[in-house]
Amino acid sequence: MTTVSPQPSGAPTDSVHEVDPGTRTGSTVLDAVLRFRALGLALVLVALVIVTTLANSRFLSQQSIRDVLLSASIITLLATGVTMVVLTKGIDLSVGSVLGLSAFITAQTLAENPGLPIPVAGLIGVGVGLACGLINGAVVAWGKVPPLVATLGTLYVFRGVVYTVAGGSRINAGDMPRGFLDFGTARIFGVPWLFVIAGVVLLVVALFLGRYRSGRDLYAIGSNPEAARLAGIPITRRLMTAYLASGALAGMGGVLYAARFGTVDASAGSGLELDVVAAVVVGGVAIFGGSGTVLGAGLGALVLTVINSALPVLGANPFWQRAIVGALIVGAIALDRLVAARVAVSLRKKGSHVG
Amino acid sequence: MRHMTTVRRTSRRRILPLAAGLAVALTLGACGGTTQGDDDTSGDEGDDDAPAAEADPEGEYQEGLAIAMLPKSVNNPYFEVSSEGAEAVVTELGGEYEYTGPSEATASSQVDYINTLSQQAADAVLLSANDPNALCSSLDQARAAGTYVVTFDSDVDAECRDAFVSQVDGDEVGRALIEMAAEQVGGEGQIGILSATANATNQNAWIAVIEDELANNADYADIELVATVYGDDEDEKSFTETQGLLQSNPDLDAIISPTTVGIAAAARYLQGSEYQGEIALTGLGTPNQMREFVNDDTVTEFALWDPGALGELAAYAGAAMASGIITGAEGETFTAGDLGEYEIGPDGVITLGPPTRFNADNIDDFEF
Repeated sequence: MTTVSPQPSGAPTDSVHEVDPGTRTGSTVLDAVLRFRALGLALVLVALVIVTTLANSRFLSQQSIRDVLLSASIITLLATGVTMVVLTKGIDLSVGSVLGLSAFITAQTLAENPGLPIPVAGLIGVGVGLACGLINGAVVAWGKVPPLVATLGTLYVFRGVVYTVAGGSRINAGDMPRGFLDFGTARIFGVPWLFVIAGVVLLVVALFLGRYRSGRDLYAIGSNPEAARLAGIPITRRLMTAYLASGALAGMGGVLYAARFGTVDASAGSGLELDVVAAVVVGGVAIFGGSGTVLGAGLGALVLTVINSALPVLGANPFWQRAIVGALIVGAIALDRLVAARVAVSLRKKGSHVG
Repeated sequence: MRHMTTVRRTSRRRILPLAAGLAVALTLGACGGTTQGDDDTSGDEGDDDAPAAEADPEGEYQEGLAIAMLPKSVNNPYFEVSSEGAEAVVTELGGEYEYTGPSEATASSQVDYINTLSQQAADAVLLSANDPNALCSSLDQARAAGTYVVTFDSDVDAECRDAFVSQVDGDEVGRALIEMAAEQVGGEGQIGILSATANATNQNAWIAVIEDELANNADYADIELVATVYGDDEDEKSFTETQGLLQSNPDLDAIISPTTVGIAAAARYLQGSEYQGEIALTGLGTPNQMREFVNDDTVTEFALWDPGALGELAAYAGAAMASGIITGAEGETFTAGDLGEYEIGPDGVITLGPPTRFNADNIDDFEF
């Protein structure tokens, strides 16, 4: 897309790619356009909630808000990881399978060792995710296989592993320790734990991407890989970081999945990768890399979850629900292109460079 | 099709080679025509003018029968329960039992097992098929070699097997579902249905029965079906659809979910929500997945067929056929031990009976 100027000093950068209130582009019009994305998303969210609440006042009940936050947690976690990969011009399609593998292994471990402390089970799940991320990263960073193909391949490979491990078996709620299941719905000050976890992870990653040199490097790699290489960015290592993070977060998502749903079989998380990519794209992360924030992706996940919860409440025809979600994704990408085009035109007119 | 049936019935024993050749040839041509498990297949086989092979309803089960079960795949706990049931029956009848099958549920991998069992001269094969048509030619070879083929759980084309033991009768399922819901809401109130996909044939057939009962059965005059939603047999979607159902219908009293994925997801949702104990939930689920929710009173009662009993009935049907008690023609009867007497319906279908209900009193007796 546009150029970026990586700053070897590692100081926080003023980049055009972030919809950050502190960002200056030298044009208030341009600022407005750039902020329009996050603002638009927030407006959509508010409008959705208002319309649905008018149709059914229960939509804003405590129970309902908790449900939405719970539903959004797992997808937010995965979207956070995938955002890191997408920023580098990559994509991780294997997250649904990684989640399934992690969920099954975690659930099975807990079922077979009832006395196992829950945090240990959580670490096992994250470990499974890290292992998957390592494979993805190795294939993409060292194998130089295009990420789309590589992770499409591992999507099937990891799912195959789940089927091999699980066979036709299913871990049921009754097999897992009560404490683990309670954790899936437990709350702290009325907020579900799962959402707190997802929120903390998102903030940490946002800080990493925005304020740390290695985080900024991901933007640089995605904007212009060649320039990034010439600027001395260790591309292979950064790519590994991104895929490892995506794998680990998908693994963590698997643990939360097992705790939340209580029933895990070999098909857990099938097709989830598309929801995650949708959240990332709707959240304003450019699918060609170099631009976007995890906060946007988190907002995208929240919007999609609210849509998915609102459509049944509004009584939308089940045949149309998916079509509506699809239309929103296409709309988001169209908006993305439109904004990008305007930014390019505006930058050219000013003949200026970022910063 | 009817012509082929006649060939099979009349001449199978006497002119085996010819029948085998014809059957294979005709089946190859015919395969792909019909689909499995159609509830509405008309019973035109029963009208055949040709006399059926001799059945001896008074006959005894023979000893020493070699009976094998060939499931869709061997690593499926559902079939292991069926196998235990079948093994108990075969052992009791003094026969030899074998449980064998592929590790992956594909038709092509089942073909090898059918051929092997046929070469081992098994008296009866109890088969849950991975494809209604693809197994036909090897099944016909096996039958020509004297092995009786009884399908259970998942049928093949009716021309390629001797009998099908169906787990359940669609009308019975629908009636049991609405009856359980009515009992749990005290005969009056609003109910909603959480189904699988909007175009799932079996789900829609059961829902149609529920709607019909609500409209025509005076016992359910005070029960109203307010909504049907579709969870697509995905946990996440079933969760949100359950939420939506409860939000859109504040006066809802019960949810019926005739799918094992849906009922588990709905139960898990209710368990962690303020609706636990307020909303009745029933449907089709397995005891293992629902045990947790029955024990903490999220769910009172649900139903499913018993795969163990299904295996037992399949074993009795296979043994009865190998012993000459039945031939697979409509109207023949045989006694399946403790399960009682069964009559063969149109197209050689034997139905296990109404689904088994599970509640706090009996759920610990079942392990599947």
